[in-house]
Amino acid sequence: MIETTNLSVSLGRREILSSVGMTARPGEMTVIVGPNGSGKTTLMKTLSGDLAYRGRVMFNGISLSSMKPWQMAALRAVLPQATTLAFPFTVHEVVRLGLTNGRSGALPDAVARLPERALARVGLENFSGRLYQELSGGEQQRVQLARVLCQVWSPVLEGQARYLFLDEPVSSLDVKHQLLIMNVARDYARHGGGVIAVLHDLNLAAMFADRIVMMHRGKIAASGTAADVLTEETLATIFDCRLAVGFAETGVPFVLPQSAA
Amino acid sequence: MVLVILVALLAATALFSLASGASDASILPIVRDWFAPAGGALSQRSHLIIMEIRLPRMLLGALVGASLAVSGAVMQGLFRNPLADPGIIGISAGASLGAATMIVLGGTALAPLAIFFGVYALPIAAFAGGLAVTTLLYRISTREGRTSIATMLLAGIAIAAMALAFTGLLIYLANDQQLRDLSFWMLGSLAGSTWSKLWAVAPIILPALAASPFLARALNALSLGEASAAHLGVPVQFFKMLAVLVVSAATGASVAVSGAIGFVGIVCPHLLRLLIGPDHRYLLPASALLGATLLLLADAASRTVVAPAELPIGILTAAVGGPFFLWILLRRRGVIDL
Repeated sequence: MIETTNLSVSLGRREILSSVGMTARPGEMTVIVGPNGSGKTTLMKTLSGDLAYRGRVMFNGISLSSMKPWQMAALRAVLPQATTLAFPFTVHEVVRLGLTNGRSGALPDAVARLPERALARVGLENFSGRLYQELSGGEQQRVQLARVLCQVWSPVLEGQARYLFLDEPVSSLDVKHQLLIMNVARDYARHGGGVIAVLHDLNLAAMFADRIVMMHRGKIAASGTAADVLTEETLATIFDCRLAVGFAETGVPFVLPQSAA
Repeated sequence: MVLVILVALLAATALFSLASGASDASILPIVRDWFAPAGGALSQRSHLIIMEIRLPRMLLGALVGASLAVSGAVMQGLFRNPLADPGIIGISAGASLGAATMIVLGGTALAPLAIFFGVYALPIAAFAGGLAVTTLLYRISTREGRTSIATMLLAGIAIAAMALAFTGLLIYLANDQQLRDLSFWMLGSLAGSTWSKLWAVAPIILPALAASPFLARALNALSLGEASAAHLGVPVQFFKMLAVLVVSAATGASVAVSGAIGFVGIVCPHLLRLLIGPDHRYLLPASALLGATLLLLADAASRTVVAPAELPIGILTAAVGGPFFLWILLRRRGVIDL
């Protein structure tokens, strides 16, 4: 379980996060939503170990600040919003970088085939030899997801749940691949791993999240199931936009921009 | 495979380098002389020329070439920029300023130092200049234990400009003889290589080259960006420091013995990326081999083009390297995306 207590982060003199307390459980997909500038990405960066913070962040009972880079890398993998490369690496070489830390959890004789399996998982069979720089933005994002999957291939290793951190994983993808990526993430959670994703798309969030954390001005404004959080009242106060919330046949709430008053 | 070819190429070039020069001595007798010095395959005079002039020069050339190419490859990996080079972040400029200071002020203000260090005064001054710039850069770009590569690159450009200004001032102050020494040194040359110069820089260059393979995996991870490299479990701060240390040692020592020799650090890694790809585990050793080979070839050419006089090698590498680099750029338009 990932747990933050009284987490505050300042950049310069400005406090970006104040007293954030959230939990992300293994076996669940936790989705962070919120308007621009609400602190979603800062929260993600802090959990990834990129920023200095005050308060407490615990990974499976261990304090984040006491972990070395390779210990963190064994517990979580991070998918950035976009990655450009300066040199002409092949897709296979990029995906293989996910094995740098050597804690994928795959059996030794299966590790060499892991990049291929990860690529197949994201729908990029036969892309191994292609040059990363020559792919489209959406393909590059899927290659990066394959790399991230390699890093923490087994969702549970030696009794410890592991986590995928996805920062706007689908923002450059078409709808088919949005669903593909979200299903890969959900599948990871179903097998005992934890997923934390920052999403802009409230409908994807509602559809896939086991738990939604809604940020507003550096604080957590609401959290719970999609039906708890995505209400017309919270949307009106937090997004400053009057939207009608509908419900799909499965009971999942949705919002359409057309309903804006 | 490519590594094997490069080793063979370097060996052949090394022999060729021993055999070429103002005084003639062909390859076969040199090899026979090596295995049986008493056999008399070479005259006493040729033996002396080979052992005391060409061999140290060949070894020094190989070390300098390898240093320049490896420094270039490491800097490019660190800055995620195929055009980065020790010349760009000001290490070479700092070393040049150190040398210029010694040449111009060695007879007056710095006379005690010049007398104390003797023939080593110039190399030591160049090395100190390079190291001073690196230390300063590191101080400027490190906040709370994190080094910002972007700040370092920009600060390096500013510091290089300042070093160039001070060097310009020294040139303005110099008399005719100093001016000649200065410009000759700045053009870069392996002339005057001796065993003592080799012993002075080999203990700095060899450890730096030996440390470079340990950077390979970190540099590969860094190609995704610093944050992603850290997320992969790489202790980024440690490897950035190690990389800067390797480069300043190798570059400072090289500039000290041979002046500023341009383009080897950019051309070798770039050419190799086209041939074997950008994986630093192969790129770094291959760069060392190709850098050494190219510099020996350039040196052999510089000795023979206007024999019995010789051309400063820096002129040759820039004259050949510049157009070659432009040709690569034009052929592969669009691949270098900054």
